[in-house]
Amino acid sequence: MNRRIFVLSLALAPWMRTARADAMHDAMSAVLQGATPREGRVTIELPPLVENGNTVPFSVSVESPMTERDHVRSIHVFNEKNPQPNIGDFFLGPRAGRAAVSTRIRLADTQTVVALAQMSDGSWWSGSASVIVTLAACTEIN
Amino acid sequence: MAARALLRVPQRARRGEVIEIRALISHIMETGFRHSERGASIARDIITSFRCTYNGTEIFRARFYPAIAANPFITFTTIATESGTLRFEWSGDNEFTASESAAIMVE
Repeated sequence: MNRRIFVLSLALAPWMRTARADAMHDAMSAVLQGATPREGRVTIELPPLVENGNTVPFSVSVESPMTERDHVRSIHVFNEKNPQPNIGDFFLGPRAGRAAVSTRIRLADTQTVVALAQMSDGSWWSGSASVIVTLAACTEIN
Repeated sequence: MAARALLRVPQRARRGEVIEIRALISHIMETGFRHSERGASIARDIITSFRCTYNGTEIFRARFYPAIAANPFITFTTIATESGTLRFEWSGDNEFTASESAAIMVE
């Protein structure tokens, strides 16, 4: 990296940080379509300290009776500081029995992960978890 | 390259029981945000969609983004309603498709 680019990237660093937080906000707005989520009912499980951001065990669950009348329709997961704000979207229904999904994710930095859940009555709920990442994903060549 | 899928579906279940399903598929999940040693950007190559049907009816669907780790692994649940077949389908960039099935006996 030449010096000029280095100086420029230092100058832009705080701006880029807010840009990424904004990107998460925009991605959430696109899913919510004007609705306001309430905090609660959504639980994210992530290890508090991650040594390798390339594969991080992630679980999300939503408090719901999962009946025909009252169930979770979808769960949407977002991050603050990866190059892209979306992680995954999961669509379920009363036949799931439980609203619980697990996968493995990539995290580029120490950050907050947010999940939004839409219920069958159209209401939105949210939950979040913070995670410290010591070795970031995505950027290095393996 | 043929993708290898691994499933964990109970062979037998009681009717009405909530069963846990696990599905893993081998895939690089190249994010599109990495660069080669020479600085060229490496094109995105990910699985974007996963779907599970139970005797033809969709019971679970997911959209994946580059933040899903390589060899996508997913765990979810369903109610054992009747004997039959669970079918799993993955699709993604570069016309990637893969599918796998598992039989279940419900008593």
